Amino acid sequence: MVETGPGQVTFTPDEMMTVTAARRLRNGQVCFVGIGLPSEAANLARLSHAPDVVLIYESGTIGTRPEILPLSIGDGELAEKADLVVSVPEVFSYWLQGGRIDIGFLSAAQIDRYGNLNSTVIGSYDHPDVRLPGAGGAPEIASSAGEVIVMLRQNPRSFVDSVDFVTSVGFGRHGEGRVGNVGAGPSVVITDLGVLRPDPVSHELTLVAIHPGVSVDQAVAATGWDLVVSHPLEVSEPPTSADLATLRDLQARTSEAHARREA
Amino acid sequence: MAEIMSLADAVGDLVPDGATVAMEGFTHLIPFAAGHELIRQHKTDLTLARMTPDVIYDQLIGMGCVRGLIFSWGGNPGVGSLHRFRDAVEHGHPRPLELEEHSHAGMAARYAAGASGLPFGVLRGYAGSDLLAHTSVARIACPFTGEELAAVPALSPDVTVIHAQQADRKGNVGMWGITGVQREAVLAARSSIVTVEEIVDELNTTGPNHVVLPTWTVTAVAQVPGGSHPSYSMGFTTRDNAFYTEWDVISRDRNTFSAWMREFVIDTADHAAYLDKISSRADG
Repeated sequence: MVETGPGQVTFTPDEMMTVTAARRLRNGQVCFVGIGLPSEAANLARLSHAPDVVLIYESGTIGTRPEILPLSIGDGELAEKADLVVSVPEVFSYWLQGGRIDIGFLSAAQIDRYGNLNSTVIGSYDHPDVRLPGAGGAPEIASSAGEVIVMLRQNPRSFVDSVDFVTSVGFGRHGEGRVGNVGAGPSVVITDLGVLRPDPVSHELTLVAIHPGVSVDQAVAATGWDLVVSHPLEVSEPPTSADLATLRDLQARTSEAHARREA
Repeated sequence: MAEIMSLADAVGDLVPDGATVAMEGFTHLIPFAAGHELIRQHKTDLTLARMTPDVIYDQLIGMGCVRGLIFSWGGNPGVGSLHRFRDAVEHGHPRPLELEEHSHAGMAARYAAGASGLPFGVLRGYAGSDLLAHTSVARIACPFTGEELAAVPALSPDVTVIHAQQADRKGNVGMWGITGVQREAVLAARSSIVTVEEIVDELNTTGPNHVVLPTWTVTAVAQVPGGSHPSYSMGFTTRDNAFYTEWDVISRDRNTFSAWMREFVIDTADHAAYLDKISSRADG
């Protein structure tokens, strides 16, 4: 737990990450949401400052307002609370490739200094050390959404100089940019330690903020490339007690709903 | 016209060894009962297509029924890895697995092309992704604007298998809620098997996103209540999220997996017996 000072709220690094990510969503934006960390942050935004944010999941559930966080991308809760449900071909064609998404919200196993994401393999493709689930909806979210917010816990295994496999494109293997992709790409990467943004010229991810209680050395040590640090460096605004109450309520409702219903 | 028959007969008649089979259902309406029946009937050398292999293909892969997998996301949703899938890819156990992987948008475009009778689907995708070098995709130029796009080959399974909420007595199929890519997958296939929760006089057409597959687009319909467990059928059952979490433990170890498959699938006569066993485990 992190304490910001006497009498202040205490929170975990994951809570700091989720609250920071939620604050990036503005009311009324249309957001294509991945499961896990992004789903938690997007729903926190909807339950706090952005009640009219439009959440779309790749299962075809559009404008959904789940009361509990879905375990899977296709939980019944998402369909029951949606404005409309469409087929999977439709969600990827009319809604995503059609240019109706402001924000794509993604996570991955690895990210590199140019914001490329890997969710396919660790090691070589033909003889992987770890076979990961694969692309899912991420490549086209990364390419077609207006901009992309990435959420990922920061450590040397996840923040690597060069990803083992480019599943979803950030700014290319060598930082060449968004060639062939419509959207602007990753605008911000939010971690449990701080916030990174791509440099407008080099496209290299640069540390622009650290969370309260985190040192620059920690962020540098958790990064697999020579991390450039912005000067001046911002310190993230800590979560408010209202943020934390909303987030913890959501998590408690969710675990209760997903626990086995004993006979 | 679809023929209403038992699931065992439908699988026996329509799924030869070596077939390319798509068993679709995007988290919702996954045809687990049919997957178990393929295992009971010792089907082998299958090429399986599915956007999200899920636990249903983890079971078929672990039982050695599968030669090739065409897919776009192979995880245990909300839980983590599919361990039998990983064991096959990482160690070739119980047999090596040939992979053909796409993005979801690519798979959706492939089924839609198959359903349309077109040779390929087109999408704005794959640019800059390493998937380009590892799967069946080509870059093409738009003949009108010159924009560079991705072309993916049509996917036309020998058999598509889905689970739906209802059929009527003529074999018209009705489903609602999250319907994924099932309509495209059935229309793309040479034949199809649909398991349903119930057979009714008249289809209920009030559910959200209601989809009807007319009887003349379906080959066989089998009534299998609870046939999507541990997935779910909106309006009938809820997703057994606890089972998906337990599967992580069951499937992690080869022997635990084999013992579970023997007890719950191979040694149960049919899906009703499987569900009895599942519910006695939940009560215990």
